[in-house]
Amino acid sequence: MTYTLEGSTGTWEIVVGLEVHAQVISQSKLFSGASTLFGGEPNTQVSLIDAGFPGMLPVINHECVAQAIRTGLGLKAHINLESHFDRKNYFYADLPQGYQISQFTHPIVGSGVVEIELSDGSTRQIGVTRLHLEQDAGKLLHDQDPKRSFVDLNRAGVALMEIVSEPDIRSPEEAGAYLRKMRQILRYLGTCDGNMDEGSMRADVNVSVRKAGEPFRTRCEIKNVNSIRFVTQAIEIEAMRQIEVWESGGSVDQETRLFDPGRGETRSLRSKEDAHDYRYFPDPDLLPLVVEQSWVDELKACLPELPDEKRARFQTEYGITAYDSGVLVAEQSMADFYESVAKGRDGKMTAAWMTGDFFAALNRTGKAIEESPVGADKLGGMLDLITDGTINGKIAKEVLETMFETGEAPLEIVERKGLRQVTDTGAIEAAADEIIAANQDKVEQYLGGKDKLFGFFVGQVMKATQGKANPAIVNDILKKKIHG
Amino acid sequence: MSLDLATTRRIAKLARIGLDDQEIETVRAQMGGILGWIEILNEVDVEGIPPMVGTSQTTALPQRQDAVTDGDRQSDVLANAPDREGPFFTVPKVVE
Repeated sequence: MTYTLEGSTGTWEIVVGLEVHAQVISQSKLFSGASTLFGGEPNTQVSLIDAGFPGMLPVINHECVAQAIRTGLGLKAHINLESHFDRKNYFYADLPQGYQISQFTHPIVGSGVVEIELSDGSTRQIGVTRLHLEQDAGKLLHDQDPKRSFVDLNRAGVALMEIVSEPDIRSPEEAGAYLRKMRQILRYLGTCDGNMDEGSMRADVNVSVRKAGEPFRTRCEIKNVNSIRFVTQAIEIEAMRQIEVWESGGSVDQETRLFDPGRGETRSLRSKEDAHDYRYFPDPDLLPLVVEQSWVDELKACLPELPDEKRARFQTEYGITAYDSGVLVAEQSMADFYESVAKGRDGKMTAAWMTGDFFAALNRTGKAIEESPVGADKLGGMLDLITDGTINGKIAKEVLETMFETGEAPLEIVERKGLRQVTDTGAIEAAADEIIAANQDKVEQYLGGKDKLFGFFVGQVMKATQGKANPAIVNDILKKKIHG
Repeated sequence: MSLDLATTRRIAKLARIGLDDQEIETVRAQMGGILGWIEILNEVDVEGIPPMVGTSQTTALPQRQDAVTDGDRQSDVLANAPDREGPFFTVPKVVE
């Protein structure tokens, strides 16, 4: 299904490319030994290199190079064994050097691919053009003083990976799916925490529109969009704006724009009219970065299993559906939790309980899986109690809930509350006799063809045994007794 | 090679250097002279020679281990700030 927008002159397609800025996970900065920790006292995590003092020389952080290569490998991309650093020149208050050290002509990572899945179950390959290493800028605070902006350089010089996609994206949904997938891959790799709230992952969005079959038209770049929801909104709003410009006889100018979620509009950043004249040149302080293929191979051998592969393995190894598998691999911690429960148990049953009552309870208590009061061993123990017939599925829900409240072991709860499943046929027969005797009218109706009434008898017997009867035995006994 | 006035103005603007009309003319002539001198390099035949990207062809880019070895020197960092406010540098408001 092609996503299209209707204008007054007909149907329009949209073309989107994304530039993701992902902050590299490392202890220290790309070219200085200052800390990268988020939230420090202003200007305490700054070296004289980051502050742009004259005469300071940058020295590259080996781990940041490794992180970029790992990310490239995770995106199934070509690793360039030789890459170069260039200076991107512009003046802005958050950039004390007056230039950003970046990689322009020779990035460390070449073309790769990301597979996205859409809500209708279809998949698409989105091309990655390149990934390069560059420095982050400092942070400006505009709300502290009526006339001045305050500058905190703690973030200045932290390593960023800029990951540029091909203009392969054709709908807001695809853009969202691409960003989610990118974040998932980065988090699995441990190369970026993907936290958009703290700004460690941000996106620039390139949008253009065209009629079916046309070549690309002029695009606009929406800078620094900081949530997936805003990216999808910004694309739709910007595409509609461009359609109106074209249809009213105008033409779209290539420019940088800003998305204002409050007003639901994008607007031109006129101050950036020279923004594309960066006068790049090779950084004379930095020699070419040359890495050995043997090191790349080493890094490749140590990569964790990535979400696509894990998902496929879960389906074959545990026999669960593509959907459940997708839910479980969304976060590495969830996938690990699932595997430690499912090992040696029924994979499907584990998946059903995890994606059902277990996740619901986590949501209700607002806890992440790492802080779950019910660990993998306890959830597994509860599943064992179902499997060996100690409790039935209905009681298990109650046990799980109590586990979340008290943190007790499942068997403890069963014993304390007396929840053992009643498999004693004598007790169930007695309950069944009583209910049949008290509801002769319903028995006749049932025998007369109202099949659904059978559920009523089951329910009554379960009620009489406080939900603890084994449902299979209840069914058997009732059938025998009613049909005689 | 001579530089036109518009290009000279643009370069000055990108470099945030304010120049009046007379100064622009002086700078234009001086930069034209520099460019003309550099153009002599065009006489060298570099066919088939890869661009030089560093002064040393034998040394590799030095790399450091990922460790925190710097920072915690707020007073040094802010020492030259002309309009410091507490722990911050300040600049005239640059809000979009």
